[in-house]
Amino acid sequence: MTRFSLRTLRTKNSSAERVLLIEPVHGWVPLNLREMWAYRELLYFLIWRDIKVRYKQTLLGAAWAIIQPLFTMVIFSIFFGGLAKIPSDDIPYPIFSYTGLLPWTFFATALTNASRSLVRDANLLKRVYFPRLVIPLAGVVGALPDFFLAFLILLGMMVYYGLYPTAISLLWLFPLLLLGMLAALGIGLWLSALYVRYRDVGYIVPFLIQSWMYLTPVAYPSSLLDEPWRTLYGLNPMAGVVEGFRWALLHKGQAPGPMTAVSALTTILLLISGLYFFRRMEHIFADVV
Amino acid sequence: MAVVRSPMPPDLAVQVAGLGKKYRIGALQDRSRMLVEVLSEATLWPVRAARSLLGRQRTRSELTTSIIWALRDVSFEVERGEVMGIIGPNGAGKSTLLKVLTRITHPDEGYARIRGRVGSLLEVGTGFHAELTGRENIYLNGAILGMHRHEIDRKFDEIVAFSGVERFIDTPVKRYSSGMYLRLAFSVAAHLETDILLVDEVLAVGDAEFQKKCLGKMSRVAHEGRTVLFVGHNMAAVQHLCQSAIWLERGRVRQHGPVEDVIRAYLSALDAESPDTRFPLMNPQYGVGFADCRVHLVGGSNGEARTLRVELGVLAEQDTPRIGIGLGLITETGAVVTTLDAKITNFIFDMQKGVNRFVLEVPEIERYLAAGEYMVQVWLTLPELTRLIELDRAGLILLHGRDMFGTGRVPEVHRHGPLILPLEVRRAERAAH
Repeated sequence: MTRFSLRTLRTKNSSAERVLLIEPVHGWVPLNLREMWAYRELLYFLIWRDIKVRYKQTLLGAAWAIIQPLFTMVIFSIFFGGLAKIPSDDIPYPIFSYTGLLPWTFFATALTNASRSLVRDANLLKRVYFPRLVIPLAGVVGALPDFFLAFLILLGMMVYYGLYPTAISLLWLFPLLLLGMLAALGIGLWLSALYVRYRDVGYIVPFLIQSWMYLTPVAYPSSLLDEPWRTLYGLNPMAGVVEGFRWALLHKGQAPGPMTAVSALTTILLLISGLYFFRRMEHIFADVV
Repeated sequence: MAVVRSPMPPDLAVQVAGLGKKYRIGALQDRSRMLVEVLSEATLWPVRAARSLLGRQRTRSELTTSIIWALRDVSFEVERGEVMGIIGPNGAGKSTLLKVLTRITHPDEGYARIRGRVGSLLEVGTGFHAELTGRENIYLNGAILGMHRHEIDRKFDEIVAFSGVERFIDTPVKRYSSGMYLRLAFSVAAHLETDILLVDEVLAVGDAEFQKKCLGKMSRVAHEGRTVLFVGHNMAAVQHLCQSAIWLERGRVRQHGPVEDVIRAYLSALDAESPDTRFPLMNPQYGVGFADCRVHLVGGSNGEARTLRVELGVLAEQDTPRIGIGLGLITETGAVVTTLDAKITNFIFDMQKGVNRFVLEVPEIERYLAAGEYMVQVWLTLPELTRLIELDRAGLILLHGRDMFGTGRVPEVHRHGPLILPLEVRRAERAAH
């Protein structure tokens, strides 16, 4: 009797009459974001799976998300802040570096997830059709819970140092976080597609992330640079994000400005090029991975 | 390249025209490479490009890659509600065809048009995660197969009931037995509601009981009026489920038509060339092996039961005493029907140097076995039963079975088991008198 209702549902569904054309693809392929929207539930389930599995499998579970930035902060504070006396825009060094590590760790996790995503989910690629973009996207979004957990430590540090954001500066967090996500996605799309074809990308990613951190004002402020170099520094999309985060959270240091704008532009370029590159490579994934 | 195509006729569910898919073997496409290789090749590119411009020489990549067409020129149409079988030997392109139709991989030429929502059961349990519970995996797997959340909600109980793992539904699937795992996985897949269903028979896995359930579910789907494309290896199942069939061979359509015709043609072609053809096949240690082997069904001109005949050439490098000859039959699902070893048959022969010819016969084999496909196996043993060499796939036979009980029905191997025993049922009182 359920079968009857299903049958009627099916005939009512207009998609039943839609004709799907399968043909060879050549060159650049349109992005087809509408299809992505149709598969939003799959995106949701993949994110849900990643989070669930991550917190089920690791012994320390949630604690791990905190330990990583916390320890890095301690080490940075001892060596860079304490011994090397790196300036920190008049912000106590521990909270200075932690506010930088917070977006940076998120970015690094998101980028790593996204880059490895296609190869990790190779068995899905080979067996089921869905818009492949869902996979790296789920990797990026799946880095968010760790970010929120690491945020809890920051709240404690804020109280300790008596440094608080203003309502306006705090609002900046959202576009900045989005910018960081899009940057991770843009580069993640490039790397994940390349990884399917070239396995040494797997070795390149950790090295890339490590070097990139030192090219980003996590342990030092961008105010070390004079204009116009500081604005050009924004070509590193994470420069704008990390500096912006620090300001948004502490209402001290460098407010978003031309450098942030350059970072945003770079991110958009990376994202659009990444999307098209990914789509172009997409048709070989199932055959090569 | 804009090709003008006529609109798809409304009574068709699937229309495939000139479809081709190629794979490059050797370099570029078939495997992932190291970036280093590519970069080093790229640095040589100007040299190669210049050379090929000047001398029109072929570049290295052209030389080292050979192209294999997994599908070529494949055209067919499937009407709405039709159940079509896809048969052919391994490597014929059956799976590639399903992969193209499900958009997992792209064709290189031609096109396919599909009307309505497509679901595929190419492999069960895709995306199952060992750490997640049965319940969680149902949702995850359902979403991966393209079900909506509300759809899974609605079917959840049905899926669980069909799988028979109710008690363990909140246990991580890593604690499941492989049978439970497969049953759950199949249940999710089997509850996909789509207009067109693409099915690979290899997914009907698990124990015999569950296989029966799977095939039963499939035939219900088929009789519901949905369009089904069924890749089958079990000819009896194909014949049972499908109205029409296409026979693929080396990526091309060899025959397309009513299922009986295609299967008959396919099997007689198989008959002509035994699947194992790498003769001579030797045991190098003992210097004994097969020179050739042919499997036939003979007789049966007036609808009588046919006889299985195996003509066997045993090759011996020198005179070898006491070699046993054994014969076995398995069903398409791998179930052993019989294992007739020399130990019980005492068919032990002294081999002379060269080829020794034997004929193995099971008279009127069709009297004993249900309708369906059986694989004949032949082996040579030492008297104490050590196997020297075997032909696992000596030949495939399709038996038509027989109407033993005069009911107009023929027992089929995948529903009734391989053996037909002459059952009699009568009232005990009458027998007592």
